[in-house]
Amino acid sequence: MREKPVRNRRKFHFLLWLLPVAILMMVLPAEAANAAAASADATAWWVWPLALFVVCFFLGMIAVPAGVGGGVLFVPIVGSFFPFHMDFVRGAGLLVAMASALAAGPSLLKNGMANLRLAMPLALAASISSIAGAMLGLALPANIVQISLGVTILGIAALMITAKKSEFPHVTQPDPLSVALGIHGVFRDGISGKDIAWQVHRTPAGLVLFLIIGFLGGLFGVGAGWANVPGLNLLMGVPLKLAAGSSSMILSMASSSATWYYLNNGAILPIIAVPSVIGMMIGARIGAHLLTILKASAIRKLVIAILLFAGVRTMLKGLGIWI
Amino acid sequence: METERKHHPEQLHYATVLHWSTLAGFIMLVATFVAYVFGWVPSYVPLERLPQLWGLPTSEYLKATGIPTGWSWLFMMGKGDFASQIGIAILSGCSIACILAIMPVYAKSRNTTYLVICALEIAVLLVSAAGVFSTH
Repeated sequence: MREKPVRNRRKFHFLLWLLPVAILMMVLPAEAANAAAASADATAWWVWPLALFVVCFFLGMIAVPAGVGGGVLFVPIVGSFFPFHMDFVRGAGLLVAMASALAAGPSLLKNGMANLRLAMPLALAASISSIAGAMLGLALPANIVQISLGVTILGIAALMITAKKSEFPHVTQPDPLSVALGIHGVFRDGISGKDIAWQVHRTPAGLVLFLIIGFLGGLFGVGAGWANVPGLNLLMGVPLKLAAGSSSMILSMASSSATWYYLNNGAILPIIAVPSVIGMMIGARIGAHLLTILKASAIRKLVIAILLFAGVRTMLKGLGIWI
Repeated sequence: METERKHHPEQLHYATVLHWSTLAGFIMLVATFVAYVFGWVPSYVPLERLPQLWGLPTSEYLKATGIPTGWSWLFMMGKGDFASQIGIAILSGCSIACILAIMPVYAKSRNTTYLVICALEIAVLLVSAAGVFSTH
């Protein structure tokens, strides 16, 4: 009887210990690089991509079990602690989000964990608005972007704390648009082994929501898994696992349109973007294994704490209080 | 139920093209970047100069380095920093290739709705890729 409270207390202590370690793991490489760059001569350029690789490796490790894309952690952390301009950080953030979504895509589609007919119309809405977001993002002054990014990141953390989830939402009546588009199917739940028929509702509202999500993704370069999944699951009634998989497909298409805009405007520097992508991809592979050792909910709490820290830091940097 | 659970044919087709195009993109990305940072190919902006430049906004960075925007980098592939962009461009173009690949499937099944959605998505991605909205 007493075992459960003791186990909970252990988990709490473990998280309490893990949080400062996690923050240090992300801040230390940047601080070390800062010190090295200040003390050494100009040839210390390589310290920064190396530090970026280490940070992204760690971010990738925790992003997968927490169920968020890497971009949402990457932009505020790298934008706050590295010397790169926000334009380049957002460009790299988009590439990180897109690369992760592309890599996951084939197996999600083959295993039926993503549905293309569900993703395509929503991705079209998000692709159009993400270009608009990218255009505004590159036109705004860096401090304005930083303040609004800080507010958005804190909002994402609040969403992660408060948003409910519904494993298999009950949709009594599909809306006429989803019927016309043929958005329905049968989903095999891997845990129970049962086939679950699904359909969606509120498709017009979903399209409007994905216009907004795409705009924010392009503006801040943060990807949009954090908003896609609750939008698909809670608003449109898509089963949770199918929502997570289809979110990845939407993200891969919407991020592409914004990435092209950043690339054409010279806002993607390979020296920043490539180590970030490689670090994140390797970290994500280890993160997938972490899921078998640690509870996803524990990592999720850790990510919320990191987002709160990064959101406050980004906002204060934008306000010129903590440079 | 079993027949209903079968994936639409275009979904598997999309997955196959996505797998191979993404793999090609990642291989190019890593190979060109390694050649760039290890100095196996010369770079347009010297690597040692980057710490003085990467803190600038994009517009000032482009002015300071004289780097052209749009697709001009394709003609400067001999430089490591531009060669590294080929992997990024392939990854950004994966969705275009995948959608183009599934359009014949929709055409064959006379699914006009999704054929139009695919055409619109391709148009959006191509307009963005062509740099129609580029500011510099």
